[in-house]
Amino acid sequence: MSIKIALAGNPNTGKTTLFNALTGTSQYVGNWPGVTVEKKGGTLKGHRDVEIMDLPGVYSLSPYTLEEVVARNYLVTERPDAILNIIDGTNLERNLYLTTQLMELGIPVVAAVNMMDVVRKNGDKLDTKKLSDTLGCPVTEISAIKGEGVMEAAEKAVEAAGKAAVPPPHRFNGTVEHALAHIEELVLHNLPETQQRWYAVKLFERDEKVIQQLALAPDKIAHIEGDIKACEDELDDDAESIITAERYNWIGSIIGKCCRRRSQGKLTVSDKIDQIVTNRILALPIFVIVMGLVYAISMGGWAISIGTAATDWANDVLFGEWVPGLFDTILGAAGIAEESWLYGLIQDGIVAGVGAVLGFVPQMLVLFLLLCILEDVGYMARIAFIMDRIFRRFGLSGKSFIPMLVATGCGVPGIMASRTIEQDRDRKMTIMTTGFMPCGAKMPIVGLFAGALFGGSWLVATSAYFIGIAAVIISGVMLKKFKMFAGEPAPFVMELPAYHVPNPSNVLRGTWERGWSFIKRAGTVILLSSIVLWFLQGYGFVDGVFGAVEDNNDSILAAIGNAAAWIFYPLGWKGDMAWKATVASVTGLIAKENVVDTFGVLYHYAGDIDLIEDSTPLWSMVAADFSAITAYSFMIFNLLCAPCFAAMGAIKREMNNTKWTLGAIGYMCGFAYAAAMVVYQIGGLITGEAAFSVFTVIAFALLLGLIYLVFRPYRESTASRLNERSVARA
Amino acid sequence: MQTLKNAAIGSTVRVVKLHGEGAVKRRIMDMGITKGVDIYVRKVAPLGDPVEVMVRGYELSLRKADAGMIEVE
Repeated sequence: MSIKIALAGNPNTGKTTLFNALTGTSQYVGNWPGVTVEKKGGTLKGHRDVEIMDLPGVYSLSPYTLEEVVARNYLVTERPDAILNIIDGTNLERNLYLTTQLMELGIPVVAAVNMMDVVRKNGDKLDTKKLSDTLGCPVTEISAIKGEGVMEAAEKAVEAAGKAAVPPPHRFNGTVEHALAHIEELVLHNLPETQQRWYAVKLFERDEKVIQQLALAPDKIAHIEGDIKACEDELDDDAESIITAERYNWIGSIIGKCCRRRSQGKLTVSDKIDQIVTNRILALPIFVIVMGLVYAISMGGWAISIGTAATDWANDVLFGEWVPGLFDTILGAAGIAEESWLYGLIQDGIVAGVGAVLGFVPQMLVLFLLLCILEDVGYMARIAFIMDRIFRRFGLSGKSFIPMLVATGCGVPGIMASRTIEQDRDRKMTIMTTGFMPCGAKMPIVGLFAGALFGGSWLVATSAYFIGIAAVIISGVMLKKFKMFAGEPAPFVMELPAYHVPNPSNVLRGTWERGWSFIKRAGTVILLSSIVLWFLQGYGFVDGVFGAVEDNNDSILAAIGNAAAWIFYPLGWKGDMAWKATVASVTGLIAKENVVDTFGVLYHYAGDIDLIEDSTPLWSMVAADFSAITAYSFMIFNLLCAPCFAAMGAIKREMNNTKWTLGAIGYMCGFAYAAAMVVYQIGGLITGEAAFSVFTVIAFALLLGLIYLVFRPYRESTASRLNERSVARA
Repeated sequence: MQTLKNAAIGSTVRVVKLHGEGAVKRRIMDMGITKGVDIYVRKVAPLGDPVEVMVRGYELSLRKADAGMIEVE
């Protein structure tokens, strides 16, 4: 029979590091609370019959956050054979608070005090023997990061799994104990004795989930309620507060006996760094410099920009010459002629399509590496601390900054970076708005129109950034007032972990994990869409016969574009350019780079389209078809509408919910459509280009509606209900 | 009512009562801010919010809106 051991503890205590050390797997670890959101299992090294379960980090077993519900459901319903409770030795009091709750479950607990090396370095003394005597459970010292004592801790847990659980060491106030005994006697007497206490305490706290689970009769609930009420009156506080305060008071009473802190009141190195880094005056300049460096190294266009150089090389040499050359050789050796459809599919469809996306990988790896270093050091938590004030106004949190910044390079890693935001509402909002940022692939669109119609004005390029940022802000302000967002609680309490020197293996693992999930997507979603696009634009009906087409205008894609062009009529896309603009927007869904390429193909422009510099022939062709207003309307729609397939895939993965994924994509498209329509109809009315029509009225109505939604009164809700949907998902 | 929100930076205050209810209140208590505990107000973020406090030997940052629910003396 196999033994199940659950790893439980506060966030950011090294649980995942310990899990990796015990099972030999490589889960990603961050110096950031809340890295593990789902539970993960593994087998203990050298013990094939022992299963280790890594639970999400929680501060308590309350029913209020997703992580807590996941953790406690596992503990209560699966009932592991033992709990290995990892405790941060530098933060004993708050960590023991969870321990007092774990010990009530009636499952044997072994406490592993982590970061003992730091405790000793600080000159603090911790008597684990005394702590063990007081708690009544085995206590061991470990250093998960150095691998010290970890196997011993696991073996102790295996040993404890065979024994009976010790009764919880701590008793509440007499009145409370009296009420608890009553509750046990009244409704819990047919549960195993060891489990009664946890349920009794939860019933005393009026935990709705437990009340539901036990399906108590109304008269019994009323009876219990009477007991609780009497207790509350006597102690002049509500039940939850009584329990919480009593736990902490008890911990406070034992901590003095087991632990002596020499460092109390003295500034640690981490404190000294923080005095500068989060200083009221210096914090923002330092932040700008750090972010500027990250951006410059990974995405800029200077000598230090390793990321850009690597990606240019990957695009021009690796996927520009080597890989196509290699396939040429292979296909040639296999006797497949250049004219055959298979050659076209492989070279023009797959290699070109997937290559265009994989070309970004080097740049992304550099970016991820830098962000992982910042995260491992502990600076990310400080960024959230510094930026929270600004982002909260838009219904986001300080932690939304990184996704937004990353998205100016590429939206996919930006959306993925939103995973570190714990609050459900903030995370969803960040995922929904991150795609508005003008990513690298949207820049050629701006370049094309700025060149063709606006004389290359830098104002147009700058306005692209402003449009993106404005879309984020307007959406944030607007959406946070809707019930589905406003109803969710967002208590922002955050720990600022101590700085530490980055651990290379940790940083590399984190970089690789994020990079790999991008590469995997390139191999699936993007591969498939490349094939489909290649087929749609290369095949069609000519004179009633289906086959490969010479002229793209005869392709299926063009037919689809023509059929769908009416949708964009209110945006001013009419006449000759209508179907071209429509097709370009559709191909833009596959990858935004395609928009300019598609124009090139549709206008039969033969030469290389090298973005901004010397595409003058194409410019004049575009300029002949578009006016300034329609160009702007087209630009706005393509900058803001649903991002590319890769980004949609990322949204789906991070939302982990079909309804929200469709909602996010639909919202972006709707917002883009409305914005483009307002610009064309109202702008056109002013210049006299668009006659007054029913669409003008709609445009004004949309504008007024938008203004209303942004400015309507709203009060930040403090009464919090847990989002039932997200719990049901757990 | 004196709350943690308007406590001076560098001062140490004692919690008298927690206002509010449900998840927000529970979360604040779970983090160790309970009746009678001493809180040292360490600093405030460059833009004035959130505040960083020292409670039960560790550092915690919380928003002023939440700090306003913590009555102190």
